[in-house]
Amino acid sequence: MIKSLGKWVDDRLPVSHFWNAHLAKYYVPHNFNFWYYFGSLLLVVFVLQIVTGIWLTMSYKPSAENAFASVEYIMRDVEWGWLLRYLHSTGASFFFIAVYLHIFRGMMYGSYKKPRELIWIFGVLILLVLMAEAFMGYLLPWGQMSYWGAQVIISLFTSIPVIGPDLAQWIRGDFVVSDATLNRFFALHVIALPLVLLFLIGGHIMALHEVGSNNPDGVDIKEKKDEHGKPVDGIPFHPYYTVKDLFGLGVFMFIFAVVLFYWPDGGGLFLEHPNFTPADPLKTPEHIAPVWYFAPHYAILRAVPDKFLGVVAMTVAILILFVLPWLDRNRTRSIRYRSTAFKVNLFAFAAAFIGLGYLGTQPPTPLGTLSAQLLSAVYFGFFIALFFISRRERTKPVPERLQ
Amino acid sequence: MADSPSNPARRRFLTGAATAVGAVGVGFAAVPFLSSFQPSAKAQAAGAPVDVNVGKLAPGQMTTVAWRGKPVYVVHRTERMLETLPEVTDKLRDPDSAVESQQPAFATNLYRAREENQQFLVIVGLCTHLGCAPTYRPEVAPEDLGEDWKGGFFCPCHGSKFDLSGRVYKGVPAPTNLEVPQYTYVSEQVIRVGGTEEEAA
Repeated sequence: MIKSLGKWVDDRLPVSHFWNAHLAKYYVPHNFNFWYYFGSLLLVVFVLQIVTGIWLTMSYKPSAENAFASVEYIMRDVEWGWLLRYLHSTGASFFFIAVYLHIFRGMMYGSYKKPRELIWIFGVLILLVLMAEAFMGYLLPWGQMSYWGAQVIISLFTSIPVIGPDLAQWIRGDFVVSDATLNRFFALHVIALPLVLLFLIGGHIMALHEVGSNNPDGVDIKEKKDEHGKPVDGIPFHPYYTVKDLFGLGVFMFIFAVVLFYWPDGGGLFLEHPNFTPADPLKTPEHIAPVWYFAPHYAILRAVPDKFLGVVAMTVAILILFVLPWLDRNRTRSIRYRSTAFKVNLFAFAAAFIGLGYLGTQPPTPLGTLSAQLLSAVYFGFFIALFFISRRERTKPVPERLQ
Repeated sequence: MADSPSNPARRRFLTGAATAVGAVGVGFAAVPFLSSFQPSAKAQAAGAPVDVNVGKLAPGQMTTVAWRGKPVYVVHRTERMLETLPEVTDKLRDPDSAVESQQPAFATNLYRAREENQQFLVIVGLCTHLGCAPTYRPEVAPEDLGEDWKGGFFCPCHGSKFDLSGRVYKGVPAPTNLEVPQYTYVSEQVIRVGGTEEEAA
């Protein structure tokens, strides 16, 4: 009975074809390590944000007059409202933790290289949209940091020559950040950008499943196939990696829950303290800092002592990721078989990113600015150095099969 | 549809022409969507002038009013404060208020104010860097701002400094002086921010 119903559907909709193509008969290298958890974790966090977000919109009011009070209402009066809100706000930070680790994985194992350039480009687009999504979401509670953070970030556009001031006004829909700004950010945060993200994630995964996953050895498993045409070093994604990823999800959720229940504001990093004061358009908080996941870019912005060039540096810091597949001229994918120079360069980059993140949350001091300038040089230096290191790099021999 | 049209050139021309017309149509259709992002009629109407009574503002004090949703600072400067203005000139980026967009013509002077009431400074309290509200720091040589500080405005966000006329110092991220809005005196003691010359007459 059920079997014939299944066949009836399958004749009309390619359910089992989809199941086989992407799970049961989708062959993946057997040597995935810890770093390969984050892709599937990101999918779960994305769904978590969508679900908690939908529930939050049921009680949130997107107007300058009511927004702050409605968030307090969610926190105090709505049944389990505090949990939904903290799931969403903590989820945002964990989204970025997972995204940054996922990107670093790609850089270590050369997952951006031929034939996976498009996967990487989709990924950088996802990062960009995710940043816009997080920025707009942060305005919605209409606290002091929401307001002045948005004021500063939208003012970045005023530095663009000629069209800048008009563009900033077009984004705000008013002469200052106001009710109109809040209302449109709500619309973009809740429907427009999540839809774009959904399409980009779809493209990311479709492109991935077209060429297949890279792995910690950077060996192409499609080179060696058995008599049935299956890669000898491949295993089906389901059940092997569904089970592995479920285990990873358990660990991730454990850590997530500890933060969620015992440390929901992340010590002022996930939810900043001035944001528990309603927005006051006449008074800026003593110290403005972005949420931690924007802090590295903010530190680069502040390191440049010129308004326009600072904005340019910050923008280039993100956009340069798009051309990474062409800056790296070496064909060896995995860090395991690459030169010491490459390893030093990559880890210096990661350290600079973390250091900039710390500096971006601190008030500006002469020493801090100097350090930020130094670390910005390391950040950009990574890409320049990579271009030259990879030209005639002495790599170790890459094995023909997975180790 | 046949695989090879009888007149391929005509087919190509028609396809191209239809695509071009369609693209123009899409362009026109985008206008209302993009234009709806502009400030609404309501937001533009909210730019009504604001009156400030400075009769009770003691010398050295500052008051803040909201105009078009922006903070506007009104400072009653003391004689001593006005005397400091020429002293800091060589440390400023635009001491003569040469950037015309930052003040109405009547305020292109040392005091950046109306000549007849030069003690009252009226400025938009938003830093020209990234729009934070600078804090009023009238005290001379405080610990955090250094010995050379003669009083002025300090932006907590990115450390921009302005003198007591709202003129920007060199070596800070803000590119221009703080903006002086259009304003008039409707009486001896009442400043109308946003008012034009005709309204005052």
